[in-house]
Amino acid sequence: MIEIKNLRAAIDGKEILKGINLTVKPGEVHAIMGPNGSGKSTLAQVLAGREEYEVLEGSVSFNGKDLLDMAPEDRAREGLFLAFQYPIEIPGVSNVNLLKNAVNEIKKYRGEEQLDAMDFLKMMKEKMKLVEMPQDLLNRSVNEGFSGGEKKRNEVFQMAVLDPKLAVLDETDSGLDIDALRIVANGVNALRKEDNSFIVVTHYQRLLDYIVPDFVHVLYKGRIIKSGDKSLALFLEEKGYDWVKDHVDEFMAV
Amino acid sequence: MSNTAEFKKWYAESFKKFEANLNGESKLPIHQTRKVALEKFLELKFPTLKDEEWKYTNVTPILAHKFDDIIVNVPTAPKIDLEKYLFNRENFYTIVFINGVYDSANSDEVDAPGITLCNLKTAIVKYPEEVNNYIGKFAKIENSIFTALSTAYINDGVFLKVKSGKALDKPVQVLYVNSGGDNLLIQPRNLFVIGKNAIAKVVESYYAEGDSVYFTNSVTETYVDEHGILEHVKIQEESEKAFHISTTEIDVERESNYSSYNINFGGTLVRNDLNARFNGEYGHVTLNGLYLGHGEQHIDNHTLIDHAMPNCESHEMYKGVLDDSSRAVFNGKVYVKKDAQKTNAFQENKNVILSDDARVDTKPQLEIFADDVKCSHGATIGRLSGESLFYLRARGIGEELAKAMIINAFANDAVHTISIDEVRGRIEDRVAVKLSK
Repeated sequence: MIEIKNLRAAIDGKEILKGINLTVKPGEVHAIMGPNGSGKSTLAQVLAGREEYEVLEGSVSFNGKDLLDMAPEDRAREGLFLAFQYPIEIPGVSNVNLLKNAVNEIKKYRGEEQLDAMDFLKMMKEKMKLVEMPQDLLNRSVNEGFSGGEKKRNEVFQMAVLDPKLAVLDETDSGLDIDALRIVANGVNALRKEDNSFIVVTHYQRLLDYIVPDFVHVLYKGRIIKSGDKSLALFLEEKGYDWVKDHVDEFMAV
Repeated sequence: MSNTAEFKKWYAESFKKFEANLNGESKLPIHQTRKVALEKFLELKFPTLKDEEWKYTNVTPILAHKFDDIIVNVPTAPKIDLEKYLFNRENFYTIVFINGVYDSANSDEVDAPGITLCNLKTAIVKYPEEVNNYIGKFAKIENSIFTALSTAYINDGVFLKVKSGKALDKPVQVLYVNSGGDNLLIQPRNLFVIGKNAIAKVVESYYAEGDSVYFTNSVTETYVDEHGILEHVKIQEESEKAFHISTTEIDVERESNYSSYNINFGGTLVRNDLNARFNGEYGHVTLNGLYLGHGEQHIDNHTLIDHAMPNCESHEMYKGVLDDSSRAVFNGKVYVKKDAQKTNAFQENKNVILSDDARVDTKPQLEIFADDVKCSHGATIGRLSGESLFYLRARGIGEELAKAMIINAFANDAVHTISIDEVRGRIEDRVAVKLSK
């Protein structure tokens, strides 16, 4: 699905990612954990193509194509989706309008037939059920005046509509209460298939109770310092990031 | 001789010919109004950048031209396809002027009980007292040399009077179209009088074929009596070499409701003044505006809302999108007088700049002398948000479409409350076309 090799990236001249190596195969769920400032969100943004970040070195192969060479929209059209940590409000552009344009642009790129209005609406309704999305959010401006929980749910809803091959969830759990967390996680789980993959970026282990990962990676100071299975997340939860910071060598040797 | 002196001399000379062409009309009382205005015109200073009200707008390029008044040099009416400028004729009363000259064959005059819609020239003769009661009462000649010039040459425009309790069953579209009318001075003079409890909707539109250099100097006087309602849309898409100066005076009485949508697409040098006064309590005024600038266009909107009475409410939203080396000016005064308690006044001016060379000068001016009021104002000048753009692109939407979606939504915010669907739709379509260039 995706193969990240020695990825180094900087913003405003400051190097944040210092050589990331990560391979995700179809059907897998990878969790990336780490303390604040370790580079988790930067990795998510660099994969999605945020132009403010400068790629210094490395390569990312996405289903055999050079991801770093593509514009953000082409990455999405190739099947990459980023659920934003802080979803953007766009006054005057409705959710429906955004998704209709997005779906059509993606289909055009892939040489597929455009959906007619009826089919589009039917598809929207099905996907709304997945995330228990109230109807009125569809016609409201994108994220404008949404609560924190509604924004995150909207991200997962958009993901459901766009049906990506690889979804990167950037701290989708932050700011959610237990109910919202359950809804969001249920939505993600319902979308898990044999041929799609997820990279779940999170600070806390809690989300991983709901979305059970195949692999857990710990990112620290711009590098993955340890990888393991879901028990690694539990270990981190028990010890805390401060312990990791103070015992990096010991942690890496465990 | 200075340019200003030349300018005054030219229009004073021209006035003599204008007067001679009036024939019997010069005996009507309105001619006295003209003569007084001409005196005032000769007295007043031509504005320069040193005048506070003209600080960012240099109108001296107007002095470089000797425009012909249309009654002095009557232009021959060209054949043009009006349909592209008109809304669906079945749904509107239409009044058409081509190069400033009334086109009666293409206009719908209304002379129904309580409702009069015709060109001003007709009204001056047919209803001299009606016209005299209002004209020049709201647009004061001492306030601006352009109002004085307009008043000196009062000739034609639109007269609409809706008497108490009457509702106009269709909106009016007033079309001023310039077609090859080079070097003309066109001075539309409009009078809209909405009686007690009466209702009307008017769309005032300015279009041009080709890129003639001409000067539109329009003055519109609007009076809305108690409990009356007027929705007033102005669409300005003059030639890109034209000068457009427009003054709109709005007087509203108790419990009346006036809303204005001031849309500017065209012109090389554009200045709009809108002055609204509350003469009674519980009045409601909306002043919305939208301007799209490109090339070297200069678009200046000056608004004033005078909360002279308590318990009134005003909402104002002006939005601009500026590209290339275009410039925009917004000056919005809101006065809340000492006795105007319980005033609600909200003003916003938001601008998006699409190029390094575009510029906006914005000055919201809120002056409050009452102590129990709710007022707010805000002005922003920003670039297209990189975050919003990235968000849409990350959903698979191409950069150009993403930009268009964001800017269209931004712009249309100022017009989405226009109640005439066809008008709003036409404006939104035009915005989309303009912004996709």
